[in-house]
Amino acid sequence: MEFSTLANPSATPSTAGDASLHDGSRRDFLFLATGAGLAVGAGAVAWPLVASMAPDAAVIAAGAPIEVDLAPIQEGQIINVFWRGKLIFVRNRSEKEVKEADAVKMSELIDPQADSARVKKGHEKWLVVYGNCTHLGCVPIGHSGPYDGWFCPCHGSLYDTSGRVRRGPAPTNLPVPPYAFQSDTKIRIGEEGPKEGKAAA
Amino acid sequence: MTISLSILARRAGPLLAASLLALSLGTAASGAAEAPQPPRQKWSFAGALGTFDQAQLQRGFQVYKEVCSACHSMTLVRFRNLAEPGGPGYSANQVKALAATYQVKDGPNDSGEMFERPGRPADAFPAPFPNDKAAAAANGGKAPPDFSVLAKARTYERGFPWFVTDVMPFVGYSEQGVDYIHALLVGYEEAPKGMDVPEGTHYNKYYPGHLIAMPNPISDGQVTYPKTDKGEPVVPETVDQYAKDVAAFMAWAAEPHMVARKALGFRVILFLIVLSALLYYVKKRIWADVGGEVHGLQPELHKAY
Amino acid sequence: MSAHGNTYVPKSRLAKWFESRLPIAGLVHSSFIAYPVPRNLNYFWTFGAILSAMLGVQIITGVWLAMHYEPSAAGAFNSVEHIMRDVNYGWLLRYAHANGASMFFVAVYVHIFRALYYGSYKAPREVLYILGVVIYLLMMATAFLGYTLPWGQMSFWGATVITNILAAIPVVGDTIQSLLWGGYSVGNPTVNRFFSLHYLLPWMIAGVVVLHVWALHVTGQNNPAGIPIKSGKDAVPFTPYATVKDVFATVAFMILFAWFIFFQPNYLGHADNYVPANPAVTPAHIVPEWYFLPFYAILRAVPDKLGGVILMFGAVMILALAPWLDTSRIRSCNYRPIYRQFFWVFFAVCIILGWLGAKPPEGGYVIAARVCTFYYFAHFLIVMPLVGLFETPKALPGSILESVTGPGKQVSGSGVPAGAAAAPSTKG
Repeated sequence: MEFSTLANPSATPSTAGDASLHDGSRRDFLFLATGAGLAVGAGAVAWPLVASMAPDAAVIAAGAPIEVDLAPIQEGQIINVFWRGKLIFVRNRSEKEVKEADAVKMSELIDPQADSARVKKGHEKWLVVYGNCTHLGCVPIGHSGPYDGWFCPCHGSLYDTSGRVRRGPAPTNLPVPPYAFQSDTKIRIGEEGPKEGKAAA
Repeated sequence: MTISLSILARRAGPLLAASLLALSLGTAASGAAEAPQPPRQKWSFAGALGTFDQAQLQRGFQVYKEVCSACHSMTLVRFRNLAEPGGPGYSANQVKALAATYQVKDGPNDSGEMFERPGRPADAFPAPFPNDKAAAAANGGKAPPDFSVLAKARTYERGFPWFVTDVMPFVGYSEQGVDYIHALLVGYEEAPKGMDVPEGTHYNKYYPGHLIAMPNPISDGQVTYPKTDKGEPVVPETVDQYAKDVAAFMAWAAEPHMVARKALGFRVILFLIVLSALLYYVKKRIWADVGGEVHGLQPELHKAY
Repeated sequence: MSAHGNTYVPKSRLAKWFESRLPIAGLVHSSFIAYPVPRNLNYFWTFGAILSAMLGVQIITGVWLAMHYEPSAAGAFNSVEHIMRDVNYGWLLRYAHANGASMFFVAVYVHIFRALYYGSYKAPREVLYILGVVIYLLMMATAFLGYTLPWGQMSFWGATVITNILAAIPVVGDTIQSLLWGGYSVGNPTVNRFFSLHYLLPWMIAGVVVLHVWALHVTGQNNPAGIPIKSGKDAVPFTPYATVKDVFATVAFMILFAWFIFFQPNYLGHADNYVPANPAVTPAHIVPEWYFLPFYAILRAVPDKLGGVILMFGAVMILALAPWLDTSRIRSCNYRPIYRQFFWVFFAVCIILGWLGAKPPEGGYVIAARVCTFYYFAHFLIVMPLVGLFETPKALPGSILESVTGPGKQVSGSGVPAGAAAAPSTKG
């Protein structure tokens, strides 16, 4: 209500006799500057409100990389870890599973991606993927479905042993989080190692 | 606002004068028997323009780390805070290295056990005692207070008229908490003759009631400060200086965003002053259409007709 | 909403279609655009707008703080510190909310004393005024509940003292107390439900504010002359005249507010509230927030628990009786030479009571508090009825316009026809 009045000086009555106060351009400028000032003020008030809803310093600090020891994970086993509150599957795949995953033709895939692009070189048996279905975020059940990958109980999406989607409604493969091998039995989830970073670039 | 107040004051002049007199007399009559007021210190962070002195905060942290932290926790402060803007100004790597020198309890792990690991920047300063009861038991029945917000939790009454001036621009003052902390640390002295100081308490000039459970915690030369390149001391290694430095550090710990707060405050108030000036003239222009606004608050009382 | 007739004429077809189904544009037009405002209002009349703005500030900052706050005895203190330290601009939200409460009370006290000085409570505005007293009561309840939420020492002991006050109510007191506590003492269930109630009450305030504004727009505003609008020249349309003045005053008030937020954020609080709640230790000087101090002084002036509680609540309730206690025919103190002196004595007594509320209840302070308490009630029960009967008021001006310009003078420009509409010229 104030804005419309101020931004639109013609809406104010103009019956007064004092002509000097109706010096058009000066009056317009004053009204425009004030209207702009009020608008800037309103924006400045909105900014901290919106910013305060973003992840706070404690949440960001708690999202630091985590280390996962792979030694106790048996072949065929899938373990759950959490990073930044998100579920991550770490799967120790058998040699047969790796070979089969590698042999799949790209044309068969909904979201074509080679198995080798989803694992770290030299550590092909370790699959590390986010554990939420790319459809609407349910947790798929491991070692189930015709591809022996994952089956999502919510809407029936199927994933293979590489975490690639094989049947919808999920649109994309389970994404791979940033991680790097510290040693043969230890990974660090949360940032890419220097080597992989360079290779990607 | 100010106009209205001055008019109020004029209308109620004699009455207000009388009541103010009564106020000041009352104040003088009361706070006689209490502990003396902590002497006011010069703080780099006092006043609307004040900011923290990085070197002082680092020294204060050193005093806390080497002396106070043996008994006093600071659980709301995280290592990462030490590298945040407006604070002591450590680098992220220094903080990482510092945090790693502490062992932090974490867990439970997959076998359900708690374990110790090196600290990370996200961790809180580890407390010297596992809980309040343990802290109290180890310190003669009274747990040493946590330092996190202590600089804001301590104060003293300055009385009339200072409580009025303390809130005003330019003469305002809100550093009573750090004044008190400094005074407490330099306030250990011999009890006056005839005063009974029971076992487990210590005489302190500035502690309310004078009998404090904490023994004198620090003495001259106890903490070795970093020297300049030529090997000369930057500040004296005295209790007075330690007290100032640790109090400043505690002020930062209690209010880590103070620098950002004051900086934003300047911009906000400047903006509001400009905007109200613009609005004042807009209002004048608009009211000119109906022959101008009534001037003054009470034209009925002042018009000579 | 207004008794002044609906002069809003929708222009477009869509506006006509909508207006015939929900006439909200006409409501806004008659209440906030064409509504006739006495042209002699001074700046004390901008505090209604300032109060609306402060209610908005408190609700918005409060809703945002609630996104981060944790209403439990174990988590409350640390979650407030989490807001202060880790949340982006959390310190700003929290300091704005805490000092906003004080600024809200600054504005409401100016508003109340304005109403008392200019006789705004007198017929026909009794209901309008009593709704204001209801808002004030709700504000006090909200402020008290909010102050307990950081769960510091003052929060805890304030909650303890006030809930013990309620226990003084005969027969049902103990039940009310235990229902508020949700336990055998102030504890975790208490802070949890106080948070819920603290979130609820501001919406009730907002609801009563709507009624307050509705009643205002039925009776029209009082003014410094205390006489009704008689002709169009006595009034100006609300928009743009009162609107621009209200916006100016509100922005100017925000300067004071910003000073406290950014440069004196803890001045109006208590240091003890930065000590986490401890049921085993009571702070040496336990005092309520400054805006409760006069009532706290009245409570302590009475040596009897129930008596103190009755007088404390009575001190607020008696405000609601002012329309019937005041026997004067004249509204504005400007034309009441004797009562005006008494008004300022009453004002001073309220200030002194506030100061006494912050002092320890001993010696001369208690005697002074008793004298002031007596005078506080005497003002309403003796001064108001008697002065109105015996006082000879000054001559009232013939009209609002005359009160501004003096008799017989003309003023350029046109106002609005009384009780009708905005001048056609407002449509430009």
